[in-house]
Amino acid sequence: MSNVLELRDLRVTYHTQGGGVPAVRGVDLTVGTGEVVGLAGESGCGKSTIAAAILRLLPAGTKTEGEILLNGEDVLKMSAAKLRAVRWAGASIIFQGAMHSLNPVRRVGEQIAEAIIVHGQANEREAKVRVGALLEQVGLPSRRIDDYPHELSGGQKQRVMIAMALACNPSLVIADEPTTALDVMVQAQVLKLLKELQRDLGLSMVFITHDLSVLVEVSDRLAIMYAGKIIEDGPAELVFHSATHPYTKALAAAFPEIGDMRFRGKPSGLGGDPPDPQNVPPGCPFHPRCAEVVEGVCDRIEPALWVSGANSHAACVHASGAPALEGMPR
Amino acid sequence: MGARRYFFKKTAYALLTLLFVLTFNFVMFRVLPSDPVAQLTRSQKLSRDDVAELRHNLGLDQPLPTQYVTYLKQTAALNLGRSILSGRDVWGEIKARLPATIALLSLGTLFATLLGIWVGIKGGWKRGSTFDTSSLFTSQVFWSMSEAWLGMVLIVVFGSILGWFPTGQWQTPGDATAIQRLADWANHLFLPVLTLTLGYFGEYAIIMRSSLIEVKNDDFVLTARAKGIPDREVRKRHAVPNAFLPTFTLIFLSFGFVLGGAILIEVVFSWPGIGQLEYDAINNLDYPLIQGIFLLSSAAVIFFNLVADVLYSYMDPRIRES
Amino acid sequence: MSKMPERLMSDPELSAPVTDGQALPVPDSARKIAWARRRRSMSGYWKTFRKSRQGMVGLVILGFFVLLALTAPYIVNLPEIYPATATGPILHPPSLQYPLGTDTFGRSVLGMVVFGSRISLLIGFTATVGAMLIGSSMGIAAGYYGGRIDTILSAITNWFLVLPWIVLAIVIATVNPFHLPQLGNLILVIAITSWAGTARLVRAQTLSVKERTYVERSRALGSGNWHLVTRHILPNVMPVIYANTVLMVAIAILSEAALSFLGLGPQNTVSWGVILEESYSAGSLTAGYWWWFLPPGIAIVLVALSVTLCGYALDEILNPRLRER
Repeated sequence: MSNVLELRDLRVTYHTQGGGVPAVRGVDLTVGTGEVVGLAGESGCGKSTIAAAILRLLPAGTKTEGEILLNGEDVLKMSAAKLRAVRWAGASIIFQGAMHSLNPVRRVGEQIAEAIIVHGQANEREAKVRVGALLEQVGLPSRRIDDYPHELSGGQKQRVMIAMALACNPSLVIADEPTTALDVMVQAQVLKLLKELQRDLGLSMVFITHDLSVLVEVSDRLAIMYAGKIIEDGPAELVFHSATHPYTKALAAAFPEIGDMRFRGKPSGLGGDPPDPQNVPPGCPFHPRCAEVVEGVCDRIEPALWVSGANSHAACVHASGAPALEGMPR
Repeated sequence: MGARRYFFKKTAYALLTLLFVLTFNFVMFRVLPSDPVAQLTRSQKLSRDDVAELRHNLGLDQPLPTQYVTYLKQTAALNLGRSILSGRDVWGEIKARLPATIALLSLGTLFATLLGIWVGIKGGWKRGSTFDTSSLFTSQVFWSMSEAWLGMVLIVVFGSILGWFPTGQWQTPGDATAIQRLADWANHLFLPVLTLTLGYFGEYAIIMRSSLIEVKNDDFVLTARAKGIPDREVRKRHAVPNAFLPTFTLIFLSFGFVLGGAILIEVVFSWPGIGQLEYDAINNLDYPLIQGIFLLSSAAVIFFNLVADVLYSYMDPRIRES
Repeated sequence: MSKMPERLMSDPELSAPVTDGQALPVPDSARKIAWARRRRSMSGYWKTFRKSRQGMVGLVILGFFVLLALTAPYIVNLPEIYPATATGPILHPPSLQYPLGTDTFGRSVLGMVVFGSRISLLIGFTATVGAMLIGSSMGIAAGYYGGRIDTILSAITNWFLVLPWIVLAIVIATVNPFHLPQLGNLILVIAITSWAGTARLVRAQTLSVKERTYVERSRALGSGNWHLVTRHILPNVMPVIYANTVLMVAIAILSEAALSFLGLGPQNTVSWGVILEESYSAGSLTAGYWWWFLPPGIAIVLVALSVTLCGYALDEILNPRLRER
């Protein structure tokens, strides 16, 4: 299977007045053709930064290191013109459309067509036909083409965003929190639509959200992020139902599946705040909040992604594949 | 349906504002002064009979509500009284001065707006660039100048020292062909218009700049960039149309301020417009003229704000199509 | 047990040791805590402000002129600036004895500009305070009471916002409806024509503060309007209008210059606007007495600009929307 996206040791450092803020600290990730990879974590863990980094949309002054191979080509080494050509045609992003991702003073049809025309995939008339078809495809009547964003509901705007993301037949679609800020019923509809589109079109996707229960439904594989690093990855069901990393367990417990006996009577949350990116704790960055912390080890040794099961890895001393560590109880 | 209701609402609001201005004027000149007749006829020697007749003519012997209604009727008929200084009809005096003021104001506002918006867009889009920091500072410096002083400096530099432009009046007396007259007129207009432009472009530049900086951070601009649209097009098609909306409102809101500047500039350049008339009125305490100019300039500002509201509703689909 | 987040732990108010048997906190300590918090946020603002080069330049220039205004009676040779007592040569260009030359009465232009800073700054600051008081009371009343009161007050505010300020100012200045002394009337005129912007800002902020939970809670606990406004609304509204207030000083000083230029300035004294007007009336433009009208205009630009620079620096601190993402 060829890879649509390959991140190699990706590091992103934001520039602020108070110095550099490392948001992503060495991430490796691959997305195969037709594969859906879920990326999860608390806000501020760097997952949305990765989405923006793939299309080089980060603010000026941000330092991005490592390699971002999109269909084998490094995005970070592209010229401005090449980059513009790759944006949307190579990879597109479904932003949180419910809020302000659509230009309020232009018709939604125009905004979708704009992408098609800019990439030279059609002239204006053909683009209009294609936009109509796209809108039908995401479950909106094609007459909505002439609507302004304020005339649409939150869910409809999100459907427009999805249609827009599909407009140029990209090889990768990044969904960045596509269901956040929608009400629960609409969330379920949008999620169902995304799942169907993915299956019908064989889309390769990176799906980003903090909601693990959503991810497990749509993803083939899951990668969990904490403090700018991936701390656990593996097949979706396995990661969700039998996580190794205590952080993943806590995250899974925060979104109990209805009817799942394991969560009955045990509503659980995670105490504390994610670490300050400029001041990440030594050792395992999670150890100050960890329920299974091993004193004398976790605050000293930063674990790597060790094998924790079939096709899965966890950056935790409790991983089955962890090497013998000094101070670990047998 | 929505657009029409919006229009009616705004018109009703403008009429209400006008009524407020009229009432304010009535209170200031008819109710508050202890002796309105003395004020309105200042410096004229009148016999007791004359005063009594004038009181009667002005309706000052009537109860206040009656006076108010009479006053409204008279104002509606553009009967604004007589100037103390010239003895002529106030509306006639003002009408004669309108063309000069309209020429100065419209050209000055036009150039100030164009320059300000251009500078604001160019600076705000590349925030922190050399162009941005220097143009922001220049805008602030010109904003901080007294219009009268700026006019004086320009007169001395371009008029007295360099001798490029005439420094007063709006035409050279004497016979001339139509083209010569137009050239002469443009020549006279140049410095006053330049003063107004320099005095006010800074405000528009600053407003446009901060509006664009805010819009630049909006999500839809990121969406546009993600779509692979070239930077210039993102600015032209997405950022500027949105940033311009609040700027547009503020440009019309500031019309009252520009009018103030124009009055000062007219005085400095001996420009034969309303400002010059107002200056003479102040120095002779010509109250009928002062209140006439107050009423008409207020009415003009209210009218332009109404126009702005209507135009705005055409530009912003959120109002137009709701 | 979940750990307390770092930033709470480091808060001295919260981690202060609680001694046994301590009585309920007296109201005084609540105020002390509030002041400590305010002091801390102030010093935080100051730290950011100090980093702004423009803001610091503005502050230094403004400080210079304030110092000048305060010490003017001691550094100006007073007889030199009154027509009756001035002994200088008439309309003399700058010389060693008169660094900025003299006017038609033989007065020292430098002396007049230095002394004029007193009236110009006095008018600038007092008119600003007046406008701020009118503006904040109107804005808070409109936002806090809402409903019909809001409709009426907002309409009045909008009227004052769009009306051509200078003709309105001329009407009030010439009619002097409250029979104030001339300088007082001038200050009133400027305050009356410039409060509307503040009122709009304050109203918007009051509306948003009113909805916050602690205000609801305080109301549920039976707090009166006065308590709610002074303890909850005001402290949260004021930061929004700091920058606006600072900018208003510039507008007030420019307004003084404009009105003085039209002959409505303070009488029997000297301000920058008055010097400009006298210089213009005496025909400085055609006769070329540049030393007479350049200095007061430059003084106006410097003060208005310094205030503007301070205002923008404050705005960048207090208005995070303007910051780069």
